[in-house]
Amino acid sequence: MDVALVKPTTERATRELFAAARDRLPGSGPVSEARQAAFDDFARRGLPYRRIEEWKYTDLRTLLREIAPLAATPDQAALARAAKAVVARDAKGAYKLVLVDGVFAPQLSDQTPETGVEVRALRNILENNDVAARADLLITTAASDTMISLNTALATDGVVIDVAENLNLSRPLHIVHITTQSSTAAFTRSLLRLANGAHATLIESFVAAEGAAAYQAHDSVVLWIGDGAELQHVRLVEDAHDAANISTAIVTIGAKARFNSLNLTCGAAVSRYQGFIKFGGEGSHADVNGVNLLNGHQHGDTTLVLDHAVPHCSSNEVFRAVLDDQAHSVFQGKIIVQPDAQKTDGKMMTRALLLSDGAEADNKPELEIFADDVTCGHGATVGALDESLLFYLRARGLSEKEAQALLIQAFVGEAVESVADDGLRDVVIEAAERWLAARG
Amino acid sequence: MAAVQETVDRVRQIDVDQYRYGFETIIESEKAPKGLSEDTIRFISAKKNEPEWMLEWRLEAYRRWLTMQEPTWARVDYPKIDYQDLYYYAAPKPKKEISSLDEIDPEILKTYEKLGIPLREVEALEGVVRPEGERKVAVDAVFDSVSVATTFQEELKKAGVIFMPISHAIQQHPELVKQYLGSVVPTSDNFFATLNSAVFSDGSFVYVPPGVRCPMELSTYFRINERNTGQFERTLIIADKGSYVSYLEGCTAPQRDENQLHAAVVELVALDDAEIKYSTVQNWYPGNSEGKGGIYNFVTKRGDCRGAHSKISWTQVETGSAITWKYPSCILRGDNSRGEFYSIAISNGYQQVDSGTKMLHLGKNTTSRIISKGIAAGKSQNTYRGLVTAHRKAANARNFTACDSLLIGDKCGAHTVPYIEAKNTSALFEHEATTSKISEDVLFYCVQRGLSQEEAVGLVVNGFVRDVLQQLPMEFAVEAQKLISISLEGSVG
Repeated sequence: MDVALVKPTTERATRELFAAARDRLPGSGPVSEARQAAFDDFARRGLPYRRIEEWKYTDLRTLLREIAPLAATPDQAALARAAKAVVARDAKGAYKLVLVDGVFAPQLSDQTPETGVEVRALRNILENNDVAARADLLITTAASDTMISLNTALATDGVVIDVAENLNLSRPLHIVHITTQSSTAAFTRSLLRLANGAHATLIESFVAAEGAAAYQAHDSVVLWIGDGAELQHVRLVEDAHDAANISTAIVTIGAKARFNSLNLTCGAAVSRYQGFIKFGGEGSHADVNGVNLLNGHQHGDTTLVLDHAVPHCSSNEVFRAVLDDQAHSVFQGKIIVQPDAQKTDGKMMTRALLLSDGAEADNKPELEIFADDVTCGHGATVGALDESLLFYLRARGLSEKEAQALLIQAFVGEAVESVADDGLRDVVIEAAERWLAARG
Repeated sequence: MAAVQETVDRVRQIDVDQYRYGFETIIESEKAPKGLSEDTIRFISAKKNEPEWMLEWRLEAYRRWLTMQEPTWARVDYPKIDYQDLYYYAAPKPKKEISSLDEIDPEILKTYEKLGIPLREVEALEGVVRPEGERKVAVDAVFDSVSVATTFQEELKKAGVIFMPISHAIQQHPELVKQYLGSVVPTSDNFFATLNSAVFSDGSFVYVPPGVRCPMELSTYFRINERNTGQFERTLIIADKGSYVSYLEGCTAPQRDENQLHAAVVELVALDDAEIKYSTVQNWYPGNSEGKGGIYNFVTKRGDCRGAHSKISWTQVETGSAITWKYPSCILRGDNSRGEFYSIAISNGYQQVDSGTKMLHLGKNTTSRIISKGIAAGKSQNTYRGLVTAHRKAANARNFTACDSLLIGDKCGAHTVPYIEAKNTSALFEHEATTSKISEDVLFYCVQRGLSQEEAVGLVVNGFVRDVLQQLPMEFAVEAQKLISISLEGSVG
């Protein structure tokens, strides 16, 4: 098939890339074996393209073309530029954990003095052979996806956070990804483990240092939520407008646990956020929301797979896309109800707002149900701003742009309001307002 | 004791009586040699006495087919089909040239009688005056690979409507066939459609001239009878400017242990202001309770709203077939055209259904509506797969989609895979889908009022599918309702 036609050049290029990166990748023995296996998987399948059903609307062979060379370890100048970017994106009161060009930067990060919270750099764990559990930090069986394989092969660093049993973390953890080098790629892998009964908030931001352009951020995060634990998760993708962001979240939720997640994408020329969320224990609930605010020629893809593997769990997904100019938004949501997962309640709602005739919204809300005593539903709408609402606001003296901004805020608000914490919600709303302000 | 006996009887009944059309008619038949090659195609073409251009058309499709791969994206699972192990042509052996219905093999007529399809226009022949307003249905019956009889020819001729087997149309109206055949489903469209283009043997052809409202429902009954035979029929319906036609299609097959292939192609063309209503009651043999046997129903159906203000409406009741793979679609090319899709897909036993529709909005002010009801029982898998897309120039495209699934029992699966693609600000798409089981409360309510569990389920299911049943022509609605209750027998308890 056409795989064979495309593969040779790409494969050679990525093999060279992997060989060149080899000595910069931490870990030996089982770790490097796991990397090699993951890389072979990627090399065999190549970049995903439209014939791969999960990537139907996001053809990385045309959008990304190739994997950029690995970013160099940041020098002092790079760290100084990164420091400036951190200040601009500071979430108030959070413990900052900063990754610059795929490398953990302790000098820019906050200490987490609370007892029961342990933060370590992935690189240190992988390099330190005394510590148990190394290769399994990279291996994930949750999903078979080439981009996860590539991330496993090339992850240079990340943060590994452990929160002890029943600990209620007083301040959010904020992982800040900053890229300072143009035309390079950074690969990061982070883990957060909430022990039973723990409560925490995790923010992830993706930003560019001033002047960084055309880079690629490849991230994956593995979240373990213990029994009775609660995680509030917020992602803000504000990468440079010509950058690419390919991210994966792999979430496993224990019994009687809560997972509340919101992804906001307004940056990057090409972005893909894929969440694989699995219920591992009964009586849990997940809110998985997303917002794409795109303009220009941006392409933003949010793909969520919710796996109801056990009975008595509920999930709710709310997705909103606002598209201007020639932007292209993709939402793929899949709810799987496994054969014994009775009493599942799964809801999904996706709505897209097209502000310009060149914009495109593709929705694929999927249900895959193998149990009968369930309630599942999904809805999808696509449309323009309501003319009569605009007229109402214009009649009250608002300019066209102001009226649009107000309606867009309300439209997006439905997804954002699930964020329970006021301060955190403001952080998200500020990001949305920055996008609206940039619209002019 | 009595109650126990009743249950036992009922269960036994279900096993034997579930598929009422499973009988086989013993008649002599003529077959093409087993297997597929250019020779088989030449054989079929020669049998049909086809002109050279038709043979060329088939051969081109065949050569194309050789380069294609069988699609695997649908959520269906079946052993690999050996395309060389099939008969591609089987026809009841003609005793002599047939000039009237009386000369048709009485066995075949009996078959249709058993199916409840009156092929002989008895009343019409005997001059019985029919009550005012009663609707007549003209029937074309296709037995394996050939059309055996088409009724009410005289009356249709008076109206100017052409309704005949497509093999006759190729002879008598080559200009129409040449113009439209393959214009909606091109020979290179997909694996099964291409196969059909190469080997199709018969099917119906309808042409409704401008401004004519077809005076009666047109209907085709398809019957697979022979063993190891694939049925490949091709239907082409053209509604010229300002015309209207309603077409019904029904299908049955004998009960057999091996799987049989049915790969049909249906093409509809609606010109300016024309309307086509196409209804299907698909009741091919679904296989036995262990999932053995049954028809593979791999069908390509597509309607082209070519003219402005044209309308095409698909209504389908799918209860049969071991595997169903079909997506009746509408290409909304003409401005202000409208497409509709109403579907009930019921799966029981080990049936697998992957069905849905495509609405392609190309013209301005085009509207479409999709109502799909899937009911999964037993160990079946039932998938709705649909695509709604608005082209950049399709200003004011509108779509409403509702697809609901009902699960009966905990061994079955119901899946929904919609694709919604909008490239136009003025497009307005709404989609909703739900999946649930029959509410215990509702069942309890019905049972408390004296209904048996099965009757209660039947009542709820009929309510669930009512939106679609309402779209069927009256004669079919009754039949469909009966079918639904038969298909679900044995699924409760």
